[in-house]
Amino acid sequence: MSAKDNFIKVKHLYNRAGFGISYPDLNKLSKKNINKVVDGLLQEPSKDGAITLANDFESRRQMLVQAGLYAKKDPTDDEKKMRREIVQMQNAVSRDLNIAWVSKMINTDSPLQEKMTLFWHGHFACRNSNPMYAQQLNNIQRQHGLGSFRMLLLEVSKSPAMLQYLNNQQNKKGKPNENFARELMELFTLGRGNYTENDIKESARAFTGWTYDKDGTFFFRKNQHDDGTKTFFGKIGNFEGENIIDIILDKPETATFISRKIYKFFVNDTPNEEHVKELANHFYNAKYDISEMMRKLFTADWFYSPENVGTKIKSPAEFLIGLSREFFVTYNKPQVLIQLQSSLGQYLFNPPNVAGWPGGQSWIDSSSLMLRMRIPSLVLNDGEIDFSGKADPEDEAVIAMSRTATTMANNTKKPKTYVNAQADWPKFLDTLPKELTPVELTEFLLQPKLNNKITRMVADNKGLRSTAIEITSMPEYQLC
Amino acid sequence: MNRRNFLRNTGFVAAGSLFVPAFMKPLEAMALDELSLYKNLVVVQLSGGNDGLNTVVPFGNDIYYQKRKGIAIKPEEVIKLNDMQGLNPNMQALQEIYDHGWMTIINDVGYPNPDRSHFRSMDIWQTGSDSNQFLSTGWIGRYLDSNCQTCKFPYTAIEVDDSLSLAMKGQTKKGMAVKDPAALYRNTNEPFFKAVLKSDKEHLDEDNLGYLYKTMIETQSSASYIQNTSKIYQSKSTYPQSGFANQLKTVSKFISSGLKTRVYYVSLSGFDTHVNQINQQGNLLKQYSEGMAAFLKDLKSNNKLEDTLVVTFSEFGRRVEQNASNGTDHGTANNMFVFGGRLKKQGIFNSAPNLSDLDTGDLKYQLDFRQVYGTILDKWLDVNNADILNKKFNTLDFI
Repeated sequence: MSAKDNFIKVKHLYNRAGFGISYPDLNKLSKKNINKVVDGLLQEPSKDGAITLANDFESRRQMLVQAGLYAKKDPTDDEKKMRREIVQMQNAVSRDLNIAWVSKMINTDSPLQEKMTLFWHGHFACRNSNPMYAQQLNNIQRQHGLGSFRMLLLEVSKSPAMLQYLNNQQNKKGKPNENFARELMELFTLGRGNYTENDIKESARAFTGWTYDKDGTFFFRKNQHDDGTKTFFGKIGNFEGENIIDIILDKPETATFISRKIYKFFVNDTPNEEHVKELANHFYNAKYDISEMMRKLFTADWFYSPENVGTKIKSPAEFLIGLSREFFVTYNKPQVLIQLQSSLGQYLFNPPNVAGWPGGQSWIDSSSLMLRMRIPSLVLNDGEIDFSGKADPEDEAVIAMSRTATTMANNTKKPKTYVNAQADWPKFLDTLPKELTPVELTEFLLQPKLNNKITRMVADNKGLRSTAIEITSMPEYQLC
Repeated sequence: MNRRNFLRNTGFVAAGSLFVPAFMKPLEAMALDELSLYKNLVVVQLSGGNDGLNTVVPFGNDIYYQKRKGIAIKPEEVIKLNDMQGLNPNMQALQEIYDHGWMTIINDVGYPNPDRSHFRSMDIWQTGSDSNQFLSTGWIGRYLDSNCQTCKFPYTAIEVDDSLSLAMKGQTKKGMAVKDPAALYRNTNEPFFKAVLKSDKEHLDEDNLGYLYKTMIETQSSASYIQNTSKIYQSKSTYPQSGFANQLKTVSKFISSGLKTRVYYVSLSGFDTHVNQINQQGNLLKQYSEGMAAFLKDLKSNNKLEDTLVVTFSEFGRRVEQNASNGTDHGTANNMFVFGGRLKKQGIFNSAPNLSDLDTGDLKYQLDFRQVYGTILDKWLDVNNADILNKKFNTLDFI
């Protein structure tokens, strides 16, 4: 294998398994065998990378105060004000949490770990207005993202964020709420068509009493639990939630469903069922070890075949993080990252529903594409931004509460804002070999193969900086 | 490029004549506008969950006054429409519209197993799904996907906003978000943008890169078409000063200049009135009503009201009983408004909400919102609603 071939392979690997790669790292890793490079990626996440922004103590205190305030039948004006203040504080911490994770993805030394977290964030999609719960779930997805799928599934199922989001608090003996059981099978494990309505009914009974205490810790309420006999996939027994999860994992359909989703996220929007099967068998035989599945995927020949290189549309998160990482961007007003996520259609921690973001071509419409093509000049060249995006439905209460906000939201003229970000150009240019030409830089920055038009466009360019801005503004840069 | 040139260059006129059914051939000399092939639909979204009971007030029902001691609208303030229901006093501007027979109120629209989360319920309304079903395409998006005679162009559906709502996204086709046609035109005519597109036939494959280029090309040609068609039009009507009225003014400009767009989408937000509702909702209803009244009269003066249907929805109504903060919490069924110059049933379409037969404190729905969509799809957009809504919904006879 030629060095050039390996250069392309490693670049592809890091674009899919991470958020791109710097020139010196790429140069260094290209000299290694690709299997060794994959080993390196999988070994990286040894240290605990939990996000600890939402302070447990402070969040718990707020939750207790809040619970007390909401229990009151006729709150005083002061108490109402306190309620509102707590909601506002929580919203502020939720935004900080979003920014903390985005910054983590931009700066991480464990790109695969964060990429997996991003994958599971979309797979176990969840919205929770309590930032402590949201953070907890995010940390679970990071901690187990490359570990055992069984552990991951169990921990997610026991997290307050998911229990609340899927109404398991209301799932009680004699009055089952089937929401969690349904999504567990439809979206998290087996996929539609692989279970019956009766399986949902029966398994919902097994999850009765799965709840959490006012501290935000999983709590099994025995007196709400239905410990009667259940029939699930033809098996009869006194099943508990854990048993249900094990029976689901026993079915190879679960391995296939997860593998197909992994394939669509890491390889191609259109799954090749033969490759999916290969992956699923391996995953199932490896007892749902996620690292083993990823190793199989990243070392498969088909992962590097031309139809899978430079052909996937970057998600808004991949696009923003990749760009910021590549050029060492500092956001002086990090709030703009939230505005950009929301306008591009992927506001992290706020998936459209429990099915997550549909991905692929659905990311792109005329306005989102126009915005994507303008962002590099806004971010890298400190440009002005003149869109304001939509209010998130969950922010409606905040909008309604403050009159001024409503006037603003419906105002004819909105203040223009600057992205107010700086790329570290000296640092970026320093990573590049001295003799690098604009065409070579283009080849490095883009995943799709160069064509004549692009080569012609940049051939006469004088500077690498202007070339970089030009290239990152192109449709080709939307692909990875 | 002037409009005539544009039309000639894109083969637009030729394409247009294909729409004329065979039996109308002798008429093909007539302008398309006169044939009224372009009936317009305008969807107005009220975000946050508008309180329907304080919008169309059931002043004839004592239960309303018992449950809403702090926020009920007094009978003498209500703009009475019949013995039972009337409009919030902030909707004065719509009285004239109502009296002209340009407005229909549909009571108690909802869906089975309603969801009280803003996000989820908005998702359900925008995709037209069941409450336990997750669709990644919107109902208007799927109308675009159906590739019907009347929805071929990339500008068939326009949202007057910065970004595109899920309602407008189909699998293979999507609407466009156009807030400022001049700015979009400028952006797609920047030298860099043009250079990227120049002589680029090689990318027009079915793959993702092809899709990106196709989107760019369509954006550019649509931006030119929209700008060149609409820039000549100057509205003579005055609109109130509000962002919402401004969106409607843009829609009116598009409709009146003869843009071949079928669906427009606008929204007004801030309806999540948990606290001190009266002023907040009143203020929004005033903006809504004054904006709508100006818009409908503008259309009338341009002879476009007959060809336009406006439908207003919100993701849910609110609970019948007020809360302790003189506000209302998330509820279920809600009223919808339909406006237009060719309404079959004008005024109040069905019976007022039954406040004595509630589902744990919430209104029960009489009509599924997809019956309203289905009616519009069948009778106004001329497609089979089962193709778009995934099952057949019985239509209603408001149009």
